[in-house]
Amino acid sequence: MVIDKIKKVNNADEEKPQKNTKAADMLVGKWVKCDACKEILYKDDVHKNLSVCPNCGKHFRISARRRIAQIIDEGTFVETYEDMPETDPIHFDGYLKKIETLREKTKIKEAVKTGFGEIHGNKVVIAVMDGNFLMGSMGSVVGEKITLAIEDAIKEKLPFIIFCVSGGARMQEGMISLMQMAKTSAAVAKLDDAGLLNITVLTDPTTGGVTASFASLGDIILAEPNALIGFAGPRVIEQTINQKLPEGFQRSEFLLEHGFIDKIVERKDMKKTLAQILELHKK
Amino acid sequence: MSKKTAWDIVMLARDAQRPKAKDYIEKIVDDFIEFHGDRAFGDDKSIIGGIGRINGTAVTVIGQEKGSTTKEKMERNFGMTNPEGYRKALRLMQQAEKFHRPIITFVDTPGAYPGLGAEERGQGEAIARNLMEMSRLKTPIIAIVIGEGSSGGALAICVSDRIAMLENSVYSVLSPEGFASILYKDASKNKEAAEKMKITAKDLKELGIIDDIIKESENKEENLEFVSGELKNYITKTLKTLNKLNTKELLNLRYEKYRKIGKMEE
Repeated sequence: MVIDKIKKVNNADEEKPQKNTKAADMLVGKWVKCDACKEILYKDDVHKNLSVCPNCGKHFRISARRRIAQIIDEGTFVETYEDMPETDPIHFDGYLKKIETLREKTKIKEAVKTGFGEIHGNKVVIAVMDGNFLMGSMGSVVGEKITLAIEDAIKEKLPFIIFCVSGGARMQEGMISLMQMAKTSAAVAKLDDAGLLNITVLTDPTTGGVTASFASLGDIILAEPNALIGFAGPRVIEQTINQKLPEGFQRSEFLLEHGFIDKIVERKDMKKTLAQILELHKK
Repeated sequence: MSKKTAWDIVMLARDAQRPKAKDYIEKIVDDFIEFHGDRAFGDDKSIIGGIGRINGTAVTVIGQEKGSTTKEKMERNFGMTNPEGYRKALRLMQQAEKFHRPIITFVDTPGAYPGLGAEERGQGEAIARNLMEMSRLKTPIIAIVIGEGSSGGALAICVSDRIAMLENSVYSVLSPEGFASILYKDASKNKEAAEKMKITAKDLKELGIIDDIIKESENKEENLEFVSGELKNYITKTLKTLNKLNTKELLNLRYEKYRKIGKMEE
């Protein structure tokens, strides 16, 4: 069915290139093009398929809100630290204004959501990063919310799960951002000392200071298929070594091959996989 | 001191003639023995690690070394550490914990090496592991930024009970060039970025990121001698303070030191 619709659009493309622009405009909002296989997809179909391309299986980036709806049992999510105020530690020109505009535009408050919830009845503390907010970068609010969530898990003796998506440290907060790496990692050490389960899920993209802190410190590290995961960005590496990077470099499958993640899990299987792991850790 | 711009200090911190970790180790660590290797992959020469005595106290020393001659710079990868370097550092720091030796780290790097092999061997994991483990090592840790302390590559040997910076060193989330190319889309605005980023010892002390500033001599020829003396005094004095704490107090204070950075009132 999807394929038929796509064929229609594609044929229209070839026959009447002029009029097609108008047709495309009319379709705005209902159709999306998969950036991997280039197929034109009906948005509703993509949505029903958990934001995974029904044609090629590409996992599109999704908001924290949608992720929580996919993972946490309906009606059990209780959000924490939602209204943490922003800071501007190095007084970077236009930073607070940018945050404010972004909040209005995206209706997202920061690059991570934290809270309590249940996965097939198993209580957890969960943190879900959101790449739609300044590339999921970690500044003081993100670092603080993640640390508080980990401390909540310790206090309540609950497993901790974090879905990662991030461009790394938030440059606009200078050294304060870098220090969030140390802060969150120290909190993970406490979680570890408390003997509690820590599952990190790496999604596209997980890079920089987030890879170099809590994302890499899970007892169990899962990843979505074909997610970009690395410390340095591919462009920086290419410039440094002055050669093209091999196909698939820094993708989930590459990390699995090199021993840095436990398992690649498709989005459709994520919830049941997490539930299975949680069940196996029940005392 | 205060007349220098942040960019002037960046230039001083990067000066090829500036004393390096090896020079300070030679000056202030008696009976130093260097140890090698991460026991898994190799020996990263951008990190010098070993044991010796400072003013009679046995310590473990970890130093990032950029190298002085062209040949040495190449060997030491210009101080850009690979995962095996961070893992060597962690191995030696855990050894220090076992034998109750304090740890002294000297930080001087343009950043963790952004290479193909570094990614294959888990650069992110290596740095993350150090941050986590250093936060709970049951022995005092003093970190000293002696030149360029750039990004996660520096932080990976910086988690400590006390962190000091030499007066003409910098400590930053990224190099001013990298910062400018990300936020100004123009790497040539590095000088402007340096002023904005708050990367000098003075700025970072005000921000509460570092504890102490170690003075330098205005005379370049005398600087190694002068700074070595200051370092020796600083380390001796600081270890004396830290040794008064029991392990629990030490670790609680270390956690709180990082816990409070970027904490806000709701």
